[in-house]
Amino acid sequence: MDPIDRRLLNEFQRDFPLEARPYAALAQRLGTAEAEVIERLARLSRDGAVSRVGAVFPPHVVGASTLAALAAPVSRLEDIAALVSAYPEVNHNYQREHRLNLWFVITAPSRLRVQAVLADIAARTGLEVLDLPLMEHYHIDLGFDLKWN
Amino acid sequence: MELSDADHDLVSALADGLTLTERPFLAIGAELGMAEAEVIERVRAMVDCGIIRRFGIIVRHRELGFCANAMAVWDVPDDRVAAMGRRLGEMAEVTLCYRRPRRLPDWPYNLFCMVHGRDRTAVEATIAALAARCRLDGFGHAVLFSSRRFKQGGARYGRRADDALLNGAAE
Repeated sequence: MDPIDRRLLNEFQRDFPLEARPYAALAQRLGTAEAEVIERLARLSRDGAVSRVGAVFPPHVVGASTLAALAAPVSRLEDIAALVSAYPEVNHNYQREHRLNLWFVITAPSRLRVQAVLADIAARTGLEVLDLPLMEHYHIDLGFDLKWN
Repeated sequence: MELSDADHDLVSALADGLTLTERPFLAIGAELGMAEAEVIERVRAMVDCGIIRRFGIIVRHRELGFCANAMAVWDVPDDRVAAMGRRLGEMAEVTLCYRRPRRLPDWPYNLFCMVHGRDRTAVEATIAALAARCRLDGFGHAVLFSSRRFKQGGARYGRRADDALLNGAAE
């Protein structure tokens, strides 16, 4: 990863140019060519460093979401994790070190749909699923400082 | 700002991110039957009014060397959680900070934050420092390190994903 990659990743997490040729605008600010920016982003996406170039929606402004947790028996954890990940509404799914060992986020157009997915997962796994919807949020998202300097 | 049907379609189209092509908004417009300029204008409006919190390159922490992430939680009295949460949420090391309900007896915590770091020791030190600075010492507390990531992607709030699922589930 060279200095241009690093700047690309750290400087455009917000204030991304919303214009017809955004990668050309990035290229201009980085002193490189549009095709090179596209090629770099494609490589960084393939390597997994970039998830996507897109929008982060605050919870509950469009649609509904919740954080859910369950305590999976260790022998069934992988199967249950795969079952949970297969829902298109599940966008994050992590194993965590706790008796409640599987934590996932469900997002959907409505609270009703979120609850339907929770109920479906509970029915299919036979496990209790904790529903921990957001009540207030306290953090302003400015992106993540990669602290390369 | 009221979201129109077209805005909902746009939210769906943005879930997977922009294409890496010269005119990505043109591509979205072609898919939705909107002009490129209209797509850009709607996205801008959604950023301006906070429907989109952030628009840009979304990185994966782990692939960039931030291998440790923990969810730190506290059990704070309900009449103090907003003040303590706002203070915690201002800290630069915190990537998310929320109040969520307790679910007794399984889950007694109501204040949540996420911390990412290069390694476990760094994250532990950060959380200890945050707790001290935000006067959270002494409250019920747990740190849940993530040991494996099964899935990470964009949120799917749009209607089309839902329609697909509803059809698939034959509801």
